[in-house]
Amino acid sequence: MLQAESLACERGGRLLFKSLAFALAPGTLLRVAGPNGAGKTSLLRILCGVARPAAGRVLWAGENAHALGEDYTRQLLYLGHLSAIKEDFTPRENLRFALRLAGLEPPAEALDQALARLGLAGREDVPARYLSQGQKRRVALARLALSQTQPLWILDEPLAALDVDAIDTVIALVSAHLDAGGVTVLTTHQEIEFASASVVRLVLAG
Amino acid sequence: MLASIVGIIERDLRLAFRRKGDVAQVLVFFVIVASLFPLGTGAEPNQLRAMGPGVVWVAALLAALLSLNRLFAADYADGSLEQMLIAAQPLAATVTGKTIAHWLTTGLPLTLLAPLLGVQYDLPAPALGALVASLALGTPVLSLIGAVGAALTLGARGAAVLLALLVLPLYVPVLVFGAGAVGAALAGLPHGAHLSLLGAFLAFSTVFAPWATCAALRIALD
Repeated sequence: MLQAESLACERGGRLLFKSLAFALAPGTLLRVAGPNGAGKTSLLRILCGVARPAAGRVLWAGENAHALGEDYTRQLLYLGHLSAIKEDFTPRENLRFALRLAGLEPPAEALDQALARLGLAGREDVPARYLSQGQKRRVALARLALSQTQPLWILDEPLAALDVDAIDTVIALVSAHLDAGGVTVLTTHQEIEFASASVVRLVLAG
Repeated sequence: MLASIVGIIERDLRLAFRRKGDVAQVLVFFVIVASLFPLGTGAEPNQLRAMGPGVVWVAALLAALLSLNRLFAADYADGSLEQMLIAAQPLAATVTGKTIAHWLTTGLPLTLLAPLLGVQYDLPAPALGALVASLALGTPVLSLIGAVGAALTLGARGAAVLLALLVLPLYVPVLVFGAGAVGAALAGLPHGAHLSLLGAFLAFSTVFAPWATCAALRIALD
């Protein structure tokens, strides 16, 4: 479904990687590994279309993702290094507006259920500025529980700043997504095991 | 498309409502700048009447400029802008919505406040009418052009000063015809032509400014 063709990335005059190619079938997890500064985040930003590759292209279902425009981004959930959480909004509002950008308008109960799944029950109406770093990350991750219709998930360090319970929840959500035929690309420094899914490892040398 | 624009407007207005201080700052700045001139030049009614249109317009221009960094900087810093770039809706819809929300929280209140400041300069009723009409047509142009500048200076060092240097020259035509409309009404001359030209600026920038803003945002996030 997701295919990369001879991708190259240059940052500040330095070539981070070149001739990078892979093809991911439905139900596949791509784990991008590598030391700090190897270009993991850059690769993810290229895959989701925020950044342009120095060479090569990204294909979705055989077509150039860049040319597909919104037809591609509609299929996509990207959680970046920055959580895109508004400090002045409550978790419920943050989740609602994030999903609206992705073209989803779930009912209020569904939002509360998703937040509860990430352990934020009772915090739905607290402005995000009073939440801890890990809790803000959980608010961003609550999108996963309501984005099963989006076939492609691109997650940049989704497990950073999370406690053990939240990590288990995220792994369960990603596994369910893979079992349903979705594709996930993620970076993480944690050693975690994804059962049942076919996992592809990509190591960027730096 | 329309639903996406309205969705963004709702989001940004809600955010502005949570940060009422930011909106109030701009309005207070407008009132203070426009009130400083009579204190500096003396309260001679004819002189005040002559300089009133220009002063109120320049103060509105500076107040609009002051509010521009609010447009994208916060969304850029917390990653929201990234999400908008790869949203299911076109970036142009997002940009249009944000620009409209910006106008609703700066240009519109400036326009509504302006007659009060006009009275301070002893402007007669026809000139006050022209002031409101010219600001109503001109302030959306300020928001639209300002959005291009705000997008171009995203992430740059000394962005605030750079933004002023970039945007203020582009504001000149709006200032000339905006203040000109009030001046003409003050002199008892017809000012329809000035307003028509402001309307033309508005139509032109409504078409081209969001497009330029989108291009600038894509470059800023690359």
